[in-house]
Amino acid sequence: MTRQRTKAFIISLLIIMGLLAVFTGAAWAGDPTGANSVGINSVTAAKAGAPTLEEVATDLGKTKIGLNFVWVILSGCLIFFFQAGFALVETGFTQAKNAMHTMAMNLMVFLVGTIGFFIAGFAFMFGGVGALASLGGTEPLNGLLSVGGWNLLGTKGFFLSSGGAYDAGVFALFFFQMVFMDTTVTIPTGSMAERVKFSAVVVASFAISIIFYPFYGNWVWGGGWLAQIGSKLGLGHGVVDFAGSGVVHAMGGALALAGTLVLGPRIGKFKKDGTPVAIPGHDIPIAILGTIILFFGWFVFNAASTLNGSDLRLAVVATNTMLAGAFGGFTAMLYMWARHGKPDPSMMCNGALAGLVAITAPCAFVSGISAAIIGIVAGVLVCWAVYIIEHKMKIDDPVGAIAVHFVNGAWGLIAVGLFADGTYGDGLNGVAGGVTGLFYGGGATQLIAQLIAVGVILAWGTGVGYIFYKVLDMIIGIRVPANDEINGLDIPEMGIKAYPDFVLTASHVAAAKAAAQAAGGTVTAPTPGA
Amino acid sequence: MKKIEAIIRPGKFDDLKDALGKYDVHGMTVTEVVGCGLQKGKKEVYRGTEYTIDLLPKVKVEIVVKDNKVDELIKLISEAAKTGEIGDGKIFVQTVENAVRIRTGESGEAVV
Repeated sequence: MTRQRTKAFIISLLIIMGLLAVFTGAAWAGDPTGANSVGINSVTAAKAGAPTLEEVATDLGKTKIGLNFVWVILSGCLIFFFQAGFALVETGFTQAKNAMHTMAMNLMVFLVGTIGFFIAGFAFMFGGVGALASLGGTEPLNGLLSVGGWNLLGTKGFFLSSGGAYDAGVFALFFFQMVFMDTTVTIPTGSMAERVKFSAVVVASFAISIIFYPFYGNWVWGGGWLAQIGSKLGLGHGVVDFAGSGVVHAMGGALALAGTLVLGPRIGKFKKDGTPVAIPGHDIPIAILGTIILFFGWFVFNAASTLNGSDLRLAVVATNTMLAGAFGGFTAMLYMWARHGKPDPSMMCNGALAGLVAITAPCAFVSGISAAIIGIVAGVLVCWAVYIIEHKMKIDDPVGAIAVHFVNGAWGLIAVGLFADGTYGDGLNGVAGGVTGLFYGGGATQLIAQLIAVGVILAWGTGVGYIFYKVLDMIIGIRVPANDEINGLDIPEMGIKAYPDFVLTASHVAAAKAAAQAAGGTVTAPTPGA
Repeated sequence: MKKIEAIIRPGKFDDLKDALGKYDVHGMTVTEVVGCGLQKGKKEVYRGTEYTIDLLPKVKVEIVVKDNKVDELIKLISEAAKTGEIGDGKIFVQTVENAVRIRTGESGEAVV
């Protein structure tokens, strides 16, 4: 039988090969290299093959803007994948009993954020950004609320319709900027994980997408007052933040800090004498996958911020991003290895992300060597920050979001004022010449502008953010009951466990009992298999 | 009848199973467990904070045998599960009053 089957198989194979051979001799009717498909006939013209100069020019314009649209929309799709990265990093760094809650928050913030940004966030941020030439002009976005010549807020584009915002260029800008905004909304969920109420995060996400992110975003990217301090006060090019070390990351980190301060640490995180207790994440491998997804998304997060596919500087941007991320992760790995004996994988993740956050503002304005230095500093900075935040400030940040996004976002802003080498940014924010930092003979003016940005983020994100979370806590409460926290948030908050087939191990029960005692309450710890 | 409860290193389980198979013992109940004993926990560092892993993974093997086989089995298990390092585990022996094979209803020493 086997021999017969083998024979039949060989015969069929020979027949197929014979049939294929018949066609090898056939003449090439098609255009296998594509060389004939790109000639003059491809230019849209009234008379095929003989376009007028005007027709050639029209087609050229379409091609150029078309390239930019493809670049911006496709990059937006890739940046959306950030959401998967954040979901995995945050869930991997936290405990199995809260996995559904943490994962669900990361999807929910996108749903809520999109709605908030659509209603008003986008209008506040970009409603007065003016015509963006690379997107074919976004003329409808021409409304700015100003006081004494200082711009404070955009006023066109509510619901993507007010002021004639039903416009392809405006929609392209919305699509791209929306996925940026979503990063800021998702950062605080990591710091507040394992004890925050799901409902409180829903409300906070609306606030971040409509108020916190767009207001500051307008001041830097929408033509607002922080962008104006260059042309009006002579502070370099005003605040320069290419892809959002400040606008996106430091703002997210500042809000995370505010939220965590109001929320307090997880039960059992600190002993009575204040000594921190390690609560290892339940799935570091998945957190590493999340980090790799974020790293991947970051290439376009930064490079597509040119909003222009024919601005070849995007190659410098993408490469600088790669360098800073790699140097950041490598430095953090070596630091932990030297200091504690092993190359802590969770800090390799944080180190890579810290390098990426730090290069996000300066990526377009610095050389490869500078990108490497910025990454190295970020790698050490994140290790220090994680330690200081936990051991000295006694703040419980399960995923290290404050250290990664706030501390290194601020470092990225400052790095522009130090390392910008003057080769890029001519005309940015209405200031002639390239952006030049302290180390390249630009003096301290750009650095001062960047420091102002850090101060404003701290005041707006952490200061006003603290008041917001405090008020939210008074109105609806932002923390779950202690009993739910100890037994895990999946059932009480979400109604479904992430891992229903998993049996709690004895160590889970022991940990839960210890935590209950630390909390001073009498709590029924779950029994194994229950 | 006696029940032999052996708590051994997870990495030694395959050796033990092979040894028992050769001795013609095929019935056993195996559980993954965690525990502590002479083998103290390990200190590790997570994100810059030291922590102790004090419950270590072990495998618990339960076998019920006729009284006359106990000494031989203990020797067999000890040989199969031994590395000579702290953490090799322990063997406990208990008396079993009765045993019933559910399928047929027969009971006593005949079913083990």
